[in-house]
Amino acid sequence: MSGIIDRSMPPELKEIREVKIPRAEKVTLDNGVPMYYINSGLQELVKVELIFENLEFPADKPVIPLAVNRLMSEGTSRHSAQELADLIDYYGAYLNSYESPDYSSLSLFTLNKHLGAALPTVREMLSDAVFPQEEIDVLKRNSLQRLAIEDEKVSAVARKNFARMCFGNHHPYGHEFIKEDYNTLLRSDLMNYYKSQYISGHCTIVASGKIDDAVIRTINLCLGDAAWSRSNGKVAGFPDVIGEGEMKNYIPKDGAIQSAIRIGKRSINRSHPDYPGLAVMNTILGGYFGSRLMSNIREDKGYTYGIGSANISYRRDGLFFISTEVGADVTEKALTEIYFEIEKLRNDLVPESELRTVKNYMMGNHLKSIENAFHISDKFKSIYLSGLDYSYFDRFVRKLKSIRPDEIRELAVKYLDPAQMTELVVGRK
Amino acid sequence: MINYKRKVLDNGLTVIVHEDHSTPLATINILYKVGARDESPDKTGFAHLFEHLMFGGSVNIPSYDTPLQLAGGDNNAFTSNDITNYYLTLPSDNIDTGFWLESDRMLSLAFTEESLEVQRSVVIEEFKQRYLNQPYGDVWLLLRPLVYKVHPYKWATIGKEISHIENATLDDVKDFFYRFYAPDNAILVVAGNVKAEEMFNKAQEWFGSISRSAATRVPYPVEPPQTEKRVLTVERDVPFNSLYRAYHSSARTDDEYYAEDLLTDILNQGKSSRMYLSLVKEKKIFSEIHTYVSGSHDKGILVIEGKLLKGKTMEEADKAIDEELQKVINESVTEFELEKVKNKLESRKEFGDMDLGDRALNLASAEWLGDISLVNSTLEKYRNVSAGDIQKRAAQIFREENCSVLYYMSKN
Repeated sequence: MSGIIDRSMPPELKEIREVKIPRAEKVTLDNGVPMYYINSGLQELVKVELIFENLEFPADKPVIPLAVNRLMSEGTSRHSAQELADLIDYYGAYLNSYESPDYSSLSLFTLNKHLGAALPTVREMLSDAVFPQEEIDVLKRNSLQRLAIEDEKVSAVARKNFARMCFGNHHPYGHEFIKEDYNTLLRSDLMNYYKSQYISGHCTIVASGKIDDAVIRTINLCLGDAAWSRSNGKVAGFPDVIGEGEMKNYIPKDGAIQSAIRIGKRSINRSHPDYPGLAVMNTILGGYFGSRLMSNIREDKGYTYGIGSANISYRRDGLFFISTEVGADVTEKALTEIYFEIEKLRNDLVPESELRTVKNYMMGNHLKSIENAFHISDKFKSIYLSGLDYSYFDRFVRKLKSIRPDEIRELAVKYLDPAQMTELVVGRK
Repeated sequence: MINYKRKVLDNGLTVIVHEDHSTPLATINILYKVGARDESPDKTGFAHLFEHLMFGGSVNIPSYDTPLQLAGGDNNAFTSNDITNYYLTLPSDNIDTGFWLESDRMLSLAFTEESLEVQRSVVIEEFKQRYLNQPYGDVWLLLRPLVYKVHPYKWATIGKEISHIENATLDDVKDFFYRFYAPDNAILVVAGNVKAEEMFNKAQEWFGSISRSAATRVPYPVEPPQTEKRVLTVERDVPFNSLYRAYHSSARTDDEYYAEDLLTDILNQGKSSRMYLSLVKEKKIFSEIHTYVSGSHDKGILVIEGKLLKGKTMEEADKAIDEELQKVINESVTEFELEKVKNKLESRKEFGDMDLGDRALNLASAEWLGDISLVNSTLEKYRNVSAGDIQKRAAQIFREENCSVLYYMSKN
């Protein structure tokens, strides 16, 4: 080595040619439950995620799916909530409940050596939950307080109202939880939903981490026994989306020193052929630190701490939106700049150098998204829950590598028409 | 076990390499031993503002982010009261780009007025977004100066007030840079799909010619023992009353730290913990309550914070907390509880080492605390804590004259 380096020139770059995504293997437990697993990583740890897709939306009692998923671990006929928590905690394990409008899941995180001890407790929650009234009351009480605090945050008010404006209050993608939703929770409703939905026939397991034969045997032993429930009531399915037709809204908040802004519209999901291209377009506009919205509104104007755009892929729909919090006094100016950037993307071709940066950045991100076993399992879930297979990632990479500036412009014309955008400001103008 | 090799360059830069060939990625983590505690009382928020300026271009490279994104990389940084930490991840094939970017900004920044002006506004918006325009957002702006009277932990990393950020000049920036952004004040960790010897050579090549800092560091003022209870009551436009208690406790490097950390877990970690069961579920006084230690480099604090349920009074809340604290002082914790929180820590540690970036940060932190082997021996230290240790620490910490209380009252 010469010891003399040229700092004025960037080092030579190597392109990422391909990203090999480790694929999930499938086994079927004795009771017919499909289990997908990713064996990866050096550490002695496992995540076992039980996924229940939402098959209907109880619009008159919309909190039920969430409440069932959270309270399943809060009491069975044999153990109190405290005893169940002790049984999980003693083994150093963690339970995590997750609810999206499309599915609910319960995940167990544990060291391999404690899997056999912790899993029977999960099994008990799956078929023997009793939903004690006092636990329902705890959930109600604390959720209502959290709700009241959220209502004081301009960003939370904007997120909830924006979804409602786009999808309507009767739809799970648009429903905004309010006080009454919690106040009407009945134990019998929870039991009914639990009995009809949380059955082995509706369950998919995704396991990741150090998954060897012993782990698979343990999971089968604990979760693969005779069906948890045979009853399989009729399900209503999802309602249609009926937007509220309200395109522009301003919710004032006294004394706000920042305003939250959301601009966007219903869009497409991962299963649509345009989706990979749209993902590139979104990244250019607001999907990374060097994006146009960040460069203009944060790094040039200093109006905000952060601004971004995203395209959420739901099972049955998609939502594109831009979101930010800006100084109240520059709210109008920020709106002008946001629309300026949308129009620019619709009218002008993206310079090749910018597109190259975004492509490389996204390939790097793709590589990072399979960094550990849990990420790899998330990657699998993203296609599985969209009804897609691994060929999606090949299409994604092909499009990412080949997309041209004129295609980006076409996509912006097609999906970012300002006349169709819903606009919401919460705060002070 | 996290493997590592360590070397110190002639200019004082500590270099640590962690090899993991199961990933195609590499991470560069640079910890600068400078945080909000290094600011002068009339120029607070500076370490954090400076973190923003580190992305505004360096002496030979006009833009930090673009070349990194072009290399398929991503980055971020954070500032605490103790340190400022920068990290990037990229495909290991492009590791040279990371060395190029990080060494150039350690060498010197571009120091432009434009960058300073924009980042001042960005940080002011961050101040508003996170501390002023959020319910309960200003708690730490109130609590720190109540707890610390002398030590610079008395202000938050964002700064005491917006005017300190507004008044920052380019001369302040330069002065700060030359005092703290130097190889002998930094720890470089390279982790991932890399070879140790090669990385030591690259570190020498890119960082070896950067000069040491000329500045001498002065010791931080030591916080004197608190001798009487401090109480502050404020009224704000928030939906519920909230209670905060802070007790002086140990430093991260003290032996007692481990017992204190386990003490807070027994009191308040998870749904089987004491305070959750008694104060949230049984007595129905709080909607949520949290207990934790700050884990700072100098003497830290143990914090209990909770949101009261509507209709409950501060007297009831205080009484209920005191009962729990008396219990843990007067009776030994059970073997079951102790084993439970130790097992929990064991998995937390294992899960916490999953990501390459986390492993790199854990190595940098251990080195910064003065003993890199801590990265693998922490668990042992927790395992060695006895029920007696915990009871003893509880009695030493939970004294009324050691406590600062903030009553954060709802206006409605």
